[in-house]
Amino acid sequence: MKRLFGYMRPYRLAALAAPLLMLLEVAADLIQPKMMARIVDIGIANRDLAYVYRTGAGMIGIALIGLIGGTGATILSCTVAANYGKDLRGGLFEKVQSFSFAELDRFKTASLITRLTNDVTQIQHIVMLSLRMLVRAPLLAIGGIIMALSINAGLASVLLISLPLLSVALALIMARSFPMFSVVQKRIDKLNSVMRENLTGARVVKAFVRSDYEKARFAKANEGLSGASLRAIRTVNLTTPAMMTALNISLVAVLWFGGVKVNVGSMSLGEVMAFVNYITQILMALQMVAFLTVNISRAKASSDRLVEVLNAEASIYSPKAPVGVPSKGMVEFKDVSFNYEGASGDPVLKSVDVTAFPGQTLAILGATGSGKSTLVNLIPRFFDPTAGRVLVDGTDVRDMDLKALRDSVGMVLQDPVLFTGTIRDNIRWGKADATDEEVIEAARVAQAHDFIASFPEGYDTMVGQKGVNLSGGQKQRLAIARALVRKPRILVLDDSTSAIDMGTEERLQAALKEYMKGRTTIVIAQRISSVMDADDIIVLEDGQVVAEGTHHRLMEDSEVYRDIVRSQLGAEVV
Amino acid sequence: MDEKKTRGTENAPSGAKGPISVEAYSKAGYDRPSAVPPPVFQRPGVVRGPGFGGGPGRRFTSEFSKAKNTRGTVLRLWGYLRKHRALLWLVFLLAVLSSASSLVGPYLIGRAIDAMMGGKGAVDFTRIARIGAMLTAIYLLGAGASWLTTYYMTEVSQKTVRGLRKDLFAKVQALPVSYFDARPHGELMSRLANDVDNVDAALSQGVTQAFTSVLSVVGSFAMMLWLSPLLTLLSLAAIPISVAFTGAISKRTRRYFTKQAGDLGELNGFIEETISGQKVVKAFGREKALEDEFGTISEKLRRSGLLAQIYSGMVPRVMIMVNNLSYALVSVAGGILVVKGQVSVGLIASFLNYSRQFARPINEIANQYNQLQSAIAGAERVFEVLDEKNEHAESEPGYRPDLVKGNVRFDSVDFSYERGVPVLKDVDIDAKEGMTVALVGPTGAGKTTVVNLLMRFYDVDAGSIRVDGRDIRTLDRDALRGSIGIVLQDTYLFSETVRENIRYGRLAATDDEVEAAARTANADTFIRRLPEGYDTVLNEDGGNLSQGQRQLIAIARAILADPSILILDEATSSVDTRTEMHIQRALLDLMQGRTSFVIAHRLSTIKGADTILVIKEGRIVERGTHAQLMQAGGFYYGLYASQFKRHEALTAGV
Repeated sequence: MKRLFGYMRPYRLAALAAPLLMLLEVAADLIQPKMMARIVDIGIANRDLAYVYRTGAGMIGIALIGLIGGTGATILSCTVAANYGKDLRGGLFEKVQSFSFAELDRFKTASLITRLTNDVTQIQHIVMLSLRMLVRAPLLAIGGIIMALSINAGLASVLLISLPLLSVALALIMARSFPMFSVVQKRIDKLNSVMRENLTGARVVKAFVRSDYEKARFAKANEGLSGASLRAIRTVNLTTPAMMTALNISLVAVLWFGGVKVNVGSMSLGEVMAFVNYITQILMALQMVAFLTVNISRAKASSDRLVEVLNAEASIYSPKAPVGVPSKGMVEFKDVSFNYEGASGDPVLKSVDVTAFPGQTLAILGATGSGKSTLVNLIPRFFDPTAGRVLVDGTDVRDMDLKALRDSVGMVLQDPVLFTGTIRDNIRWGKADATDEEVIEAARVAQAHDFIASFPEGYDTMVGQKGVNLSGGQKQRLAIARALVRKPRILVLDDSTSAIDMGTEERLQAALKEYMKGRTTIVIAQRISSVMDADDIIVLEDGQVVAEGTHHRLMEDSEVYRDIVRSQLGAEVV
Repeated sequence: MDEKKTRGTENAPSGAKGPISVEAYSKAGYDRPSAVPPPVFQRPGVVRGPGFGGGPGRRFTSEFSKAKNTRGTVLRLWGYLRKHRALLWLVFLLAVLSSASSLVGPYLIGRAIDAMMGGKGAVDFTRIARIGAMLTAIYLLGAGASWLTTYYMTEVSQKTVRGLRKDLFAKVQALPVSYFDARPHGELMSRLANDVDNVDAALSQGVTQAFTSVLSVVGSFAMMLWLSPLLTLLSLAAIPISVAFTGAISKRTRRYFTKQAGDLGELNGFIEETISGQKVVKAFGREKALEDEFGTISEKLRRSGLLAQIYSGMVPRVMIMVNNLSYALVSVAGGILVVKGQVSVGLIASFLNYSRQFARPINEIANQYNQLQSAIAGAERVFEVLDEKNEHAESEPGYRPDLVKGNVRFDSVDFSYERGVPVLKDVDIDAKEGMTVALVGPTGAGKTTVVNLLMRFYDVDAGSIRVDGRDIRTLDRDALRGSIGIVLQDTYLFSETVRENIRYGRLAATDDEVEAAARTANADTFIRRLPEGYDTVLNEDGGNLSQGQRQLIAIARAILADPSILILDEATSSVDTRTEMHIQRALLDLMQGRTSFVIAHRLSTIKGADTILVIKEGRIVERGTHAQLMQAGGFYYGLYASQFKRHEALTAGV
């Protein structure tokens, strides 16, 4: 919570001024009954119509002053809340931008999105509520108590009994209902997850004819949710009768004791009327505080989730005094080991020693989960090795300027994520100031130009919801073009041709060879045909290099490699 | 929160300035529901790679959607409520009771004030005591009635909403696959979550509030007229002012809220897209550019949000002021009347209370309007889904064969997903019992469509598909599907334990059978290495398993189902080739004695098939065994040659 309040600091003046202005409105509300009492006690008692008019005019004036105060408070509090929301969002977004892959993996994409959208909206909502109501309610309560005391301290002792009683009752109700609402929240999650699974997995459910089974599963979640909601809502609804009873009993008491005081002449009729009204206001205000407390507590989950993001520190950042700039693109892995943060057991990479030379292609083969992707992710410092060093042109990547390092690497990731925008925009992601010629050249090399040109709008075709639906192979080729457009010193293709057919891949390889002349290419692939031309091939198994060499060398020396070749050729060929 | 909880305060007695200002906060809902509208998510613009199975991110729809057929929707909703008619009557009676108690209160308080009118030494304590006792009884009754109203209404609304959800889910089960293919899942999710919630909120609060509001308005107005027609006229004078102000403001408010909702939607869409693609953002160093773009959208939202909130925040301010004005007017006019001896002080006190009770529900109803509208729109969207055509549209029950042998025949099958874009043209397939048929061809050629048709996820446009000589359209759909085992391209597992996921193939399977199936699929070893073994719960996004491991579990699931017909749709595409070789043996065992359809990218996996069908642009262009097709030297030969273009070079060292 404290962390989130920090974002309020620039607006603290306005945030303080708002309640002060609100004081005007509250004061207007509080003074009105007293003036009404005057009309009764002085105007009516003395049959002084002029006094009644004067007081009436005064009441109207006070109503207008209250309006001015209320308006000012509203404008200030809205401004604070809107700016606060913007700053908080911006802060979170920048934080996420600073995250390295480790933090992204830890928080999970879906959860980060929910935090930055839903949770922020929740918090902003609560800030707004608090600024508008949390200030007003206590002011009204305190003001009411002061006014009641000022009218008749003796009669105010009625409050000494009813207020604590009510507070205890409300506290009990809330203490009971908070945990109930968190149960409701969990049940909602459960229900949604069953629903989501059935939408996403509709084919599987149908293929296995499991709709009755799923209906039963859903019915259980459904009943669980409505049972929990029923309990929680009913409990919280107890506040109503509690408030009404406390209020009305005090009211009857005030009527009685007020009557007694009027009878002995220690109180006037108008004062009794005003007094009863103040009691009402105090109780109303308390109820408001209770209502807000419930809401704030329910928003606590959101604030906890945001603070968690804000407090997370990016584990990878640029060094203060960077040295060396990637020039040729030689990549050396020196005795590199790696394990994911918090993961126990076997490391993902174990003492890997490999060098990729400029002008050459290094290919990496290996089973799923053998550490291939992890290895290449160490080059642009998506992760840092747990032990050992990664050098680019002889400098440890951790000593280099992060931006310069990443700018020199063209990564084509396994999942070819594209963004809303035109095809041209998407390719320009690789180099913001690329000319049209550069974009087209990159597309040509990536074997994407022909299909792009076949679209009616060519490079201006929208990608995404409003645009064309690209096939997997087309997306992969755009992702390759995006990496190529920056003419990287080091190009990394992480299993990024899996959906491209053989013929196209062959042409792609030939074009790449030309385009990447004198630069470093690192290829991860499944198909032997994708890697057999490489200058150097390494085979990873359980995070270790188990074979290294050219295709021919490996065919001679490596049983593992021959195994892979055999598996792809089919038994009878061997 | 229950809005009614403040009702008791209405009994604020005698002429004292009432709590209307606070009421405006708690009741009117100006500050609450509208201050920040619910997030409006756009479809995320991220285009993902193959194998993406629908993101888990929640999406929301605008609260500002308006109902199209309000009457029809309300009537239909009534159909759900009707089932609880008895309870609804009870709720209504209780609401009448609690409203009546709040109507009688102010009158009695006025009388109590009158009893003190004599002043010093002349207070009529017998009367005050009598009135006090009556008040206590009436208030306790009112409090009880009010609580029971919400108590039972909650039950009605929960039961109704549960019924709605149940129907919606049953509908989801009955809808054809094409429905899910054509719609973003987030949209359906939001119908289940947000729209049903809107209905819930309107039912649990709106209905009781409508009861009490109407009773309150009518009752108060009658009391006011009875107490003083002249003062009634005077206090009515303030209402048009408040209505005019509120109307003028809400017109703008709505415009700015719509703008705010749009801007928020844009921003959230941007967040969803950039965070989903964050790794690419990092890889290309686009952080700064995105922060700038974010700032621009964020600033737009700040502006529209600020205006929306200031305008909406003004409504209670003006209402408080108008109420204070009206209060002052009635006080002065009442004072004059009392001085002239026409009415008593107690009457003024009662009257001020009634005038407040009269004005408040009118404002409330206006404020409830939006909530009701969005609830009706929500219900309408739910009903829209319920009205979709079912998958089981057949009138006659299908034939349920005792035993499916597995003779599958496609006769001149034509099919298109979209009119005018044929996907399959004149496809003939003849798979005899126990045969293995392989489908080969470029992406998008129609291989998966063949599977979709056989499973009856879609029905053919022309031609027919027969299983054991019977047109599958005359077969019971569940019986057909029950006889087919399938391992799909997109592995889908549930967020349950590994064991339960495999057991999905056959619910009655014992643990031993589950583990045996896992062993056959070569999955046993890695499952045992998981932290909890077979009892490891899978993540919703499958993060704790690799794609290959997920596929092995899906294969085990199919093995357990022990079907007559087996479909492997790129079943091993994410498994590395050596692992595939191991599974291959298991799969060969599994295929033994079953009719099998195999779709694969890697030709090595299909060489042993009895028939290989080459599909290109929706047509079967070649068919035959591997040897025959190689000899023919056609498309298949080309594919094979390119895959093993360096055949000699490759095998040189072996």
